[in-house]
Amino acid sequence: MMTRQPFILTLIDGKGRIFLGILVAVTVLVAASNLMLPPTSALHVPTYAVSLMGKYLCYALLAVALDLVWGYCGILSLGHGAFFALGGYAMGMYLMRQIGTRGVYGNPVLPDFMVFLNWQELPWYWYGFSSFPFAMLMVVLVPGLLAFVFGWLAFRSRVTGVYLSIITQAMTFALLLAFFRNDMGFGGNNGLTDFKDLLGFNIQAQGMRVTLFSVSALALALGYLVARVMVTSTYGKVLIAIRDAESRARFLGYRVEHYKLLAFTVSAMMAGIAGALYVPQVGIINPQEFAPANSIEAVIWVAVGGRGTLVGAALGAVVVNFAKTWLTGALPEIWLFALGALFVVVTLYMPKGILGLFQTFTRRRRADDGVAGTPVPQPAAE
Amino acid sequence: MSSMIRLLSLLGILVAAVVQPALAQDAKATFATLATDNYADIEKGIGAIAESGAPTAEAVLNALGDNRLLYRPSDKALFYKDASGAFHDAATGAVVTPAPTGLKPVRLNNRVRRAVEAAVGTLTLMSPEAAKRRQAAEAVFRSRDAATLPALAKAIAAERDDGVKQALRQAQAAIFLTADGIADSDRIAAVDIVAARGDQDARSMLIQVAGRGSPVLKLAAETAIEAIDRRLAIAATVQNIWYGLSLGSVLLLAAIGLAITFGVMGIINMAHGEMVMIGAYTTFVVQEICRTRFPGLFDWSLPVALPLAFLVAGGVGALIERLVIRHLYGRPLETLLATWGISLILQQAVRSIFGPTNREVGAPSYMSGAFDVMGVTITYGRLWIVIFSLFVFLGLIAVLKLTPFGLRMRAVTQNRRMASAMGIRTPRVDMLAFALGSGIAGIAGVALSQIDNVSPNLGQSYIIDSFMVVVFGGVGNLWGTFVSALTLGVANKFLEPYAGAVLGKILLLVFLILFIQKRPRGLFALKGRSVEA
Repeated sequence: MMTRQPFILTLIDGKGRIFLGILVAVTVLVAASNLMLPPTSALHVPTYAVSLMGKYLCYALLAVALDLVWGYCGILSLGHGAFFALGGYAMGMYLMRQIGTRGVYGNPVLPDFMVFLNWQELPWYWYGFSSFPFAMLMVVLVPGLLAFVFGWLAFRSRVTGVYLSIITQAMTFALLLAFFRNDMGFGGNNGLTDFKDLLGFNIQAQGMRVTLFSVSALALALGYLVARVMVTSTYGKVLIAIRDAESRARFLGYRVEHYKLLAFTVSAMMAGIAGALYVPQVGIINPQEFAPANSIEAVIWVAVGGRGTLVGAALGAVVVNFAKTWLTGALPEIWLFALGALFVVVTLYMPKGILGLFQTFTRRRRADDGVAGTPVPQPAAE
Repeated sequence: MSSMIRLLSLLGILVAAVVQPALAQDAKATFATLATDNYADIEKGIGAIAESGAPTAEAVLNALGDNRLLYRPSDKALFYKDASGAFHDAATGAVVTPAPTGLKPVRLNNRVRRAVEAAVGTLTLMSPEAAKRRQAAEAVFRSRDAATLPALAKAIAAERDDGVKQALRQAQAAIFLTADGIADSDRIAAVDIVAARGDQDARSMLIQVAGRGSPVLKLAAETAIEAIDRRLAIAATVQNIWYGLSLGSVLLLAAIGLAITFGVMGIINMAHGEMVMIGAYTTFVVQEICRTRFPGLFDWSLPVALPLAFLVAGGVGALIERLVIRHLYGRPLETLLATWGISLILQQAVRSIFGPTNREVGAPSYMSGAFDVMGVTITYGRLWIVIFSLFVFLGLIAVLKLTPFGLRMRAVTQNRRMASAMGIRTPRVDMLAFALGSGIAGIAGVALSQIDNVSPNLGQSYIIDSFMVVVFGGVGNLWGTFVSALTLGVANKFLEPYAGAVLGKILLLVFLILFIQKRPRGLFALKGRSVEA
């Protein structure tokens, strides 16, 4: 007989409490240290580092989104970078429209690259992006819609496993090629950059940077909670059933494609939000974000942290990207070797990632204390 | 006939020998016409020199065009400077030492320059080399300078090479069509000759003629234009098919190794593109050794590189299978990630060893050059690659159908557990299949090094295309891969003129994504229990 735990305790388990606690603490401390301590202080966090951490948090949100579909539903998407980039482009378009007459050509309506290409008027799909609420709607809707249509087609015809991975990769590759074209009206090769204002505040300002960082942390926490709600509910149980034995779940009467489609669409929207927060912090969005390699790199963050844990995904994203920043600065030759080795080692020796190692360790200790650990759901083989 | 010509030419030599000194005197006088400041006189002089047939005429005219021609105002003697700065006498070509003094350059303006170009053109019409004569004829065809008509007539009469003669005739016809004061009958005949060229140049010329000639001429020109249009349409189609086949054979080469590993082991080898890259770099190393040690054997570099690339890439493949992939059977998604990691390591390794820039791989003599078929230019390099890919494909089919190893491999593809129960050592077959697939990718690298940049990113550019080919054709089916590669190649080239290269590719990708929804197992799906594994 199990007593039913309060909802909030099932929702935020031990890992989640630690994760959210650390997230809140880091956010408050970093913000406070940047804003209140003088730059000479040893504990002062410089503004560039705040933006860097904000970037990691965006990646972490992308990783959580990816873990929702891969870790809990068995959909290995190699195209999540596309949803991330689409959200980023929606945000970038808003930021471009905010430049107004401060561009190099001083055109009040057209962004610089359009003036440069001799365009006479704004393409129809740029309408509305001068409004912040509309742009934010698009940040969520565009990736969501793409994921919905793509998923509806793919899941309905039961494209699974590696085939699905390949076509998601083809999708992001097609988008990469498309956004490289100047005629698309998204700045071609150079993408969108030279942003000035966000909601009327200078995007370079220290306060804005800290705000963006804090909003990223908030988005990550909310994204985590949404994903937790999904996977701890009955819906989540079915999702896991589909991951472990898709045909069996279907024969039991569940509409597998509906379950998958919801997870895929929500995940894409989360990726879009991550992209939208990423763009103002790095100051540029270009087609390179669609590169298939980026999407695969996001998968390895999840694998490193531990798939099917959500917290692990966020952890993996931060750890890998921190290593990337450090290594590409210190030993640029080594980075690709390290990343490549990470792929191999994690898949061979750490199928449950860092969190898995940690859990094995704590469970062993608990077993020594004579307390049986709670059974952990095992991600099944494909 | 030929004995007659021989007799005539003998006579010509005799005459030349007799009149040589006299000619030299004449030439001196002719060249003196250039020793002036008057542009009109210079222009006249140029024509006279071109017609004089003096042996130094070409050198003098070229020197004039390059501002290297000088004269001594005192005695109107003419000299030209060569590239090394030595002075030659214009009439004899002999080097003059010590260098003459008090020289003035012969001046040039645009009219003179044009005259020089035309004159040099007529001179080369009589050049002893057929290729030069043909070039000159083409130049006249484009310039349509009526002044060259007499020289053309002379050249046509003297020409013995059929191809060059045709080119000369076309040049003459082009002048007939555009110059003033030519009889209609000549023009109508000229329309036919020009139309026989059947290309864009001829077409635009005929359009001009149709716009202003007499009604009869107009009719002739319009019929000719229609004929050319038909021909051009056919040529365009043939060209698209050829380019498509050429692209398709490249796709086939890149994808066929993947078809084996994917088909047999059901794993996605993301490092497949890097096997292609390794093959290309093997070619580069072989060629470097050839260049430094055995320069005479350069043409043999590709035949030598082929087996080496197969062994190197196959060896690397076997190693990857033993060290990594073997431990991940039954987990295709993890294999995908691990092989991606391997591809990153291989890329960076090659970048560290050979540098990040493109390395130059040369083309042996039999790979360079081109020929025309129905107005379509076919380069030997592309032709060899098409033939080579067919050869590789058929060889692979033969290995699969005719050898004991092929039999085991097919058995494992169709039903792994049953094959294992029958005593086939499936791990060994897996390793060999992976090595075979990788080796073939290496061979593809040798071919692709001829048409693509050999850089660490070479493999990346083929990996997505290769997957698309394999998935479209149906996994585990070599003929499917074959049909799919050629279909995608041709479709790509037919889309390009309408949609542009990039959009064409995007359209194909979207089509493939949709196609997989309809037929998730590809064009030619394997049937049987293995499908629902």
